[in-house]
Amino acid sequence: MRAFQILIDGFAISALYALGATGFTLIFGVSGVLNLSHGAIMVAAAVAAWAAASILGVGTYAGALIGVAVALITAFATYFAVVKPIQDSRRIPNEEKEIFVLTGTLLWGIMIQELIAYFFTNNAKTVLPIVEGVVEILGVRTPSNEIFTAIVCCLVIALLWLLVNRTRTGKAVLAASMNPRGVTLLGLELTHIYIVVWAIYGILAGIAGVLLGMFLGVSSYSVGPLTASAFSIVVLGGLGSVSGSLIAAFVVGYLETLTAYLVSPAYRTIPALLLLVFVMYIRPQGLLGRR
Amino acid sequence: MAGFFTSRLFFVSLALVIIAATLPLYVSGYVLGLLTVAFYFGVFAMAWDLLFGFAGEVNFGPTFLIGVGAYTAGILNAQFGWSVYLCIVLGALASVIAGLVLALPALRVRGPYFGLTTLVAVLMLQNFVVVFADLTGGEIGLTIPDVITINAGANYWIALGFMTISAAILYGLSQSPVGLVLQASGQDPVQAGALGFNIVKHKLAAFIVSAFFSGLSGALLVFYFGTASVGTVVDVAVGVNVIVSAVLGGRRTVLGAALGAIFLIVAGEFLRPTGELATFIVSAVALLVVLFFPGGFLGAALSREARS
Repeated sequence: MRAFQILIDGFAISALYALGATGFTLIFGVSGVLNLSHGAIMVAAAVAAWAAASILGVGTYAGALIGVAVALITAFATYFAVVKPIQDSRRIPNEEKEIFVLTGTLLWGIMIQELIAYFFTNNAKTVLPIVEGVVEILGVRTPSNEIFTAIVCCLVIALLWLLVNRTRTGKAVLAASMNPRGVTLLGLELTHIYIVVWAIYGILAGIAGVLLGMFLGVSSYSVGPLTASAFSIVVLGGLGSVSGSLIAAFVVGYLETLTAYLVSPAYRTIPALLLLVFVMYIRPQGLLGRR
Repeated sequence: MAGFFTSRLFFVSLALVIIAATLPLYVSGYVLGLLTVAFYFGVFAMAWDLLFGFAGEVNFGPTFLIGVGAYTAGILNAQFGWSVYLCIVLGALASVIAGLVLALPALRVRGPYFGLTTLVAVLMLQNFVVVFADLTGGEIGLTIPDVITINAGANYWIALGFMTISAAILYGLSQSPVGLVLQASGQDPVQAGALGFNIVKHKLAAFIVSAFFSGLSGALLVFYFGTASVGTVVDVAVGVNVIVSAVLGGRRTVLGAALGAIFLIVAGEFLRPTGELATFIVSAVALLVVLFFPGGFLGAALSREARS
């Protein structure tokens, strides 16, 4: 009974983690950017969906769409206002661009977080779920919303897989992650590929954010922990490896659920952190990462 | 190095320190208290800059070193009643040990991977503080019975003196041959190694020095505040402030880091009337500096001087 509960709850939270981390790792794989405003973009999406549905009263579906749209706009703003200027800057030496992108996106994330706190307060917000009610699976009473979350996550990830592996644009993205210079030699504009990747990222982060808002609720305080969890999942799986992130998301998700159910919710994050440190020592490139 | 004592930077720094030292004669205790914290923060930022600017190690967890020093000193004083000065020394030593532990992964992994390890170290420390609440005071914080002094002026002078001495040592180190080797091994470890320098030894030294000053400053700060809490010495947000200070003031300048820290804390206070938007404005200014003056305050000033 409890085993089934852990299995079901763990799956939903893992799927959500996976969706959140996929976009993050995709951007790193293609353009080498670690976007530390990730959590802020997810929270922006959730708060926008909440505000649209609860304050403006546009309904849950339109609210969710607005949330994803806000994430997409914020992702583009991140790229054009912060990341691209740093990448194009001649005054920043190439070997230091990484730390500048990290610092820049971190500051940008704090700005978004503070704006959200200013306009919508620090209170936790739960987005009205699209599906309501409770169903019984294997003797466990599960909110339909939880199942909905898991299904949407899996569908979106499957769609992403199809996009990357089966379409021309997707193949260009994949090629750019393997060899950016080779792609430019084939006459493809790297900037276009980056824009496509940031668009995919924005949509993924938006969907993950809105679902998170429905499932667990968010507040402006969730920004840091969300970024940190995406970051650790991505490093655990291997930076830039999408399949590695998916595996790592499930490892972390289940580890957290197990700890929360069997030990105490207060220690929820500790085993995952220990595992991360352990993996870093044994296999610094992560589970499926290339060096 | 000899040129430094005749350079403009030296005279400007000397003048600034002398002006700063006379401040308690004519400003209020409130301003002194603010600057006292800013000076300790300046040491955090300078210690971080030594590690990043020179050894090339992106340490996302400066608060791991700060927190270990601060909490060791605090716990020894609050739980065992040891004397303040002994606690401060032991806090700095504990921080050096923490620095060595942190250096282990740094010698194996690079770039973002090391950055993450340091971030994880902070999260672990934070969890440790919360889990062992009996010892550490948990989320509420640890109340420290003893303080160095309650005189605002004396506290201010201690902080100023400490920052000045730390700045002199850290700056001197960064300009010494050791600093140059460190800079070389940060930028191109393979080539620096090929020239016959022992990179591991130099990097370990950088970690030890950085940890020593971070821990010492953390311990002093704890005895100034009279309390140690996650929010003041461990939280990732505190570490972010340290990093932003260093980048804002100008990385690889050491002294700029202190300027950045003072600016950040004083600006945060000036913006207090704007309420919740204060952090937003400070972050926005910092982002603009990062985007348009990547050399930071001191970097911009120095390059203008070099050009003219």
